[in-house]
Amino acid sequence: MHGSHIIAEPERAFDLESIRNDFPILRTLARGNPLVYLDNAATTQKPQVVIDVMDRYYRSENSNVHRGVHYLSEVATDKYEAARSTVRRFINARSEKEVIFVRGTTEGINLVAGSYGRKNLKSGDEILISAMEHHSNIVPWQLLCESVGAKLRVIPMNDRGELKLEECELLITERTKFVALVHVSNALGTINPVREIIAMAHRKNIPVLLDGAQAIPHMHVDVQELDCDFYVFSGHKVFGPTGIGVLYGKEALLNAMAPYQSGGDMIKSVTFEKTTFNDLPYKFEAGTPNIAGAIGLAAAVDYVESIGFDTISAYEHDLLKYATDALLSVKGVTIIGTAREKASVLSFVMDGVHPHDVGTIVDQEGVAIRTGHHCAQPVMERFGVPATARASLAFYNTREDVDALVNALFKVQEVFG
Amino acid sequence: MNSEIKQLYQDVILDHNRSPRNFRAMENADLKAEGYNPLCGDRYTIYLRMKGDVIEEACFKGSGCAISKASASVMTTVLKGVSRERAEELFEQFHKLVKGELHSNKDMDSLGRIAVFGGVSEFPARVKCASLAWHTMHAALEKQQEPISTE
Repeated sequence: MHGSHIIAEPERAFDLESIRNDFPILRTLARGNPLVYLDNAATTQKPQVVIDVMDRYYRSENSNVHRGVHYLSEVATDKYEAARSTVRRFINARSEKEVIFVRGTTEGINLVAGSYGRKNLKSGDEILISAMEHHSNIVPWQLLCESVGAKLRVIPMNDRGELKLEECELLITERTKFVALVHVSNALGTINPVREIIAMAHRKNIPVLLDGAQAIPHMHVDVQELDCDFYVFSGHKVFGPTGIGVLYGKEALLNAMAPYQSGGDMIKSVTFEKTTFNDLPYKFEAGTPNIAGAIGLAAAVDYVESIGFDTISAYEHDLLKYATDALLSVKGVTIIGTAREKASVLSFVMDGVHPHDVGTIVDQEGVAIRTGHHCAQPVMERFGVPATARASLAFYNTREDVDALVNALFKVQEVFG
Repeated sequence: MNSEIKQLYQDVILDHNRSPRNFRAMENADLKAEGYNPLCGDRYTIYLRMKGDVIEEACFKGSGCAISKASASVMTTVLKGVSRERAEELFEQFHKLVKGELHSNKDMDSLGRIAVFGGVSEFPARVKCASLAWHTMHAALEKQQEPISTE
């Protein structure tokens, strides 16, 4: 059944109402009010097509992959591998061998830190990250540094939440052996100038990993055009299921890396004396993979491509501008993260009200936002706030959703006077 | 404003949030502990001056949401002059209160000022905010040295 996945339709006109109808959860009532879901940076909702393919898989296609000779195993294997092809096309990897299915962004980063890092880094080496990393792109590198005696260096940012490129250039030295960088910040919305930083690193032959968790739902990612060495993202942030994600790596790098986990499916032959590892990508997919998840992710990718990133970016850009103006019209609101290049993420604080109290009160109005440090405590520290409230928008959000948030913020002011 | 929100953010709580009582560090405290809620970033230090087995004075420093701050503030006012044993008893009752596990009027009556936190039980996500100061006070009494956490 190779080639059975749906080829992306030509871009359709942006019909907001019909798009909203594709997402059944948007019809939910939250505490008696229509749900206003503005927590898309935490996870996105799933369109009916994703729910349907996963349902169909478990109803009529479920089997283990790469093993059985029977009918269902063949169906499941074909679907799983077709999903890999869909992802390959989506990010424009050269080959399916470069597309490793993992649990999510966190596992992808841990895989690279554990496999590439442990093999290639040694005492005195440096790993460069940025001041706006999610904890998942800090801690694996910290642990690696501890175990091999390397040092973590950090690209600083300015008050708008933009990386300081001139300082970045100075931080890339002959000691730098790896760069791990967030593509779009989950806490600030900043879109980082990753092409420039990759070029700087490559001039010194340093590989670069991009954490694409927040970029992937908002923009077209072409790994060849970016020329990144590794790219990781999670399915659930791009309208697919949880528990599935992708690690892209350049084939030569992946080939030279040792397996990260071991077990079934990642081997060619096992005797008690010696094991021969499987080829890419299976070498990094030990154990039964998340088959339904991969199939669901492929359906999500097809869905997003059917709308098209040109359409999505234009709509989200407009909505971000509307939301920024709307939030700033509320007295006492300050937006944290005002980069010139920004995805539709709005972190904000309100004078005299802790974000946690903001979150509870707007929730009573059916408005779902995230409050806290967004797993980016160093970012909070940089801006001198303990936490922020964060509204993150997807293409199914509307100006009415933004208005609902603003009205809910007026209720916060009513309570706190 | 819906009634749950009114129940949660009662005037007493808003007042203690705006003007927290006993909001200062204590030099030479007999007992102190730091409490931290990593998810929301709430962080408080509770200081206790003891006379034998009785809490002579309680105060606190730190920052966090309105619920956590008001809870710490009210707690310091009720702990004054209370025995260690009674403080632990109040902690237990407070915990039951915010988890919605106190039902009889007799139980409620014995709570005094802290009964104002009863509205928290409608907001499971906020239980940890309300109880952070109490957990920290408990840790101070137990003389735990590690920062404690309600996560």
